[in-house]
Amino acid sequence: MFESEMLTHNLLKEYVKDLVSKGQRIDGRGFQDYRPIKVKEGTFTKAEGEAWVELGDTQVLVGVKADVGEPFPDTPDKGVLISNTELLPLASPTFEPGPPNENAIEVARVVDRAIRSADAVDMSSLVIVEGKLVYMLFLDMYVLDYDGNLEDALTLASLIALGRAEIPKVEVKEDGEIEVKEEKWKVNLKDLPINFTFVKIGGQLLLDPILEEEQVSDAAITLAIDKEGRVCSIQKKHGKFTMEEILNATSIARSKWPEMAEKVREAI
Amino acid sequence: MPLYVEKKPEVLITEDGVRTDGRKPYEMRPVRMTVGILDKADGSAFIEWGGNKILAAVFGPREVHPKHLVLPDKALVRTRYNMAPFSTPERKRPGPDRRSVELSKVIREALKPAIFVENYPGSVIDIFIEVLRSDAGTRVAGVNAASLALANAGIAMRGLVAACAVGRVGDFVVCDPNHDEDMWGDADMPMAMLMEDEEITLLQTDGPMTEEQFREALKLGRNAIRFLYEMQKEALKRPYQVVERSVRGVV
Repeated sequence: MFESEMLTHNLLKEYVKDLVSKGQRIDGRGFQDYRPIKVKEGTFTKAEGEAWVELGDTQVLVGVKADVGEPFPDTPDKGVLISNTELLPLASPTFEPGPPNENAIEVARVVDRAIRSADAVDMSSLVIVEGKLVYMLFLDMYVLDYDGNLEDALTLASLIALGRAEIPKVEVKEDGEIEVKEEKWKVNLKDLPINFTFVKIGGQLLLDPILEEEQVSDAAITLAIDKEGRVCSIQKKHGKFTMEEILNATSIARSKWPEMAEKVREAI
Repeated sequence: MPLYVEKKPEVLITEDGVRTDGRKPYEMRPVRMTVGILDKADGSAFIEWGGNKILAAVFGPREVHPKHLVLPDKALVRTRYNMAPFSTPERKRPGPDRRSVELSKVIREALKPAIFVENYPGSVIDIFIEVLRSDAGTRVAGVNAASLALANAGIAMRGLVAACAVGRVGDFVVCDPNHDEDMWGDADMPMAMLMEDEEITLLQTDGPMTEEQFREALKLGRNAIRFLYEMQKEALKRPYQVVERSVRGVV
């Protein structure tokens, strides 16, 4: 994924490719298997909704914070959702402090696009006073430990965090003052768009790559499937794919969707 | 306050498949490509596509600055996609925003598989894309222009990269979405292919498509890209075309 920043030993490259040609992976998984997914119990933040998800050795923490504010002028009848990813320096020796770089921006936008294109969050339910006051949801994605496939881990964690979010109700009084109430409401998830990331190594498609596989891969692609089995967002990353490979990836993703959606529902 | 009102058309596409600019679903907007229009750049191209006007320039292979970015075994490829402040209805704040950072990355990844980077170890190839006027589909127009600029700079390539967007409006899969379809359409899918083997080097999707629609969109994209590829080749040859005229009676 971050090719210019890392040098992978040629031996590892040969080793991974050799394994793939024998139908195997470094960690013993099948080509279409996910690593174990764990959602940590407990509260770690002061967010309205949160999820700490482990995808193998990749760990991410997503928090949903809510705020009220003015809607964007071109969408007065919709709330606001803002996504951001932080690749924390503690997550990998190759991550450096500073403003989000190209990789962080891309990951954030890929997750955001999956959620938005499937219309997963009912944006009109975030309106308090049309054109004047809406809920603003901030989806802050923290990468804690990077062992490949941030896209899928962050999408799962984001959906869980959104589905768990409980946001205080507000009331606008006659004098225009805003009162925050004790009572809370839950964010309604209309869809569960799940991202599936594949890498291509030696002509084979591998689902949920670990870091080493990302580094030696010839190409990578992330695609999101919605509840109706439709492809709702795609991001091809480095390398190139044939049309057949892409259609193949979409059908694998489609067959995996129910299993992953169940994991998200369970966690919420 | 911007002095511009976005007007949403009542229908994006009629039942017989007529689009807001009068095109049929599979029709493309007019395209013109010109190569070598800048003097100082090593290679350049200008593309006019619908209302898009986009310049691309290539510098390199040249020395890498800063030095720590040098790759000892191949060329570094850098890409900058930038929109001019006057390229949009509402003035765009100059400088990179999150969208253009992402587009710079996907465009670089669309072009890189075509370049023999191993031929130029320790050097950099800089690709600059400047959107002067935008009208939906700027990234694919940029890829077409940048690919021409690379060829114009004489950089060793496996093949040209051609690109086109396809989309979905209601039940119609459409070629080369226009501004209205980009704003209010149901799905948008920019794609690019390396024409040596017709492998996909850029693919993004925003908006849901069924399996069937997705297949149709991929196929339509490929056909559109094949057409643009032919145009690219013509544009590259044009400056070198033989001029022939009878001289009898003139001298």
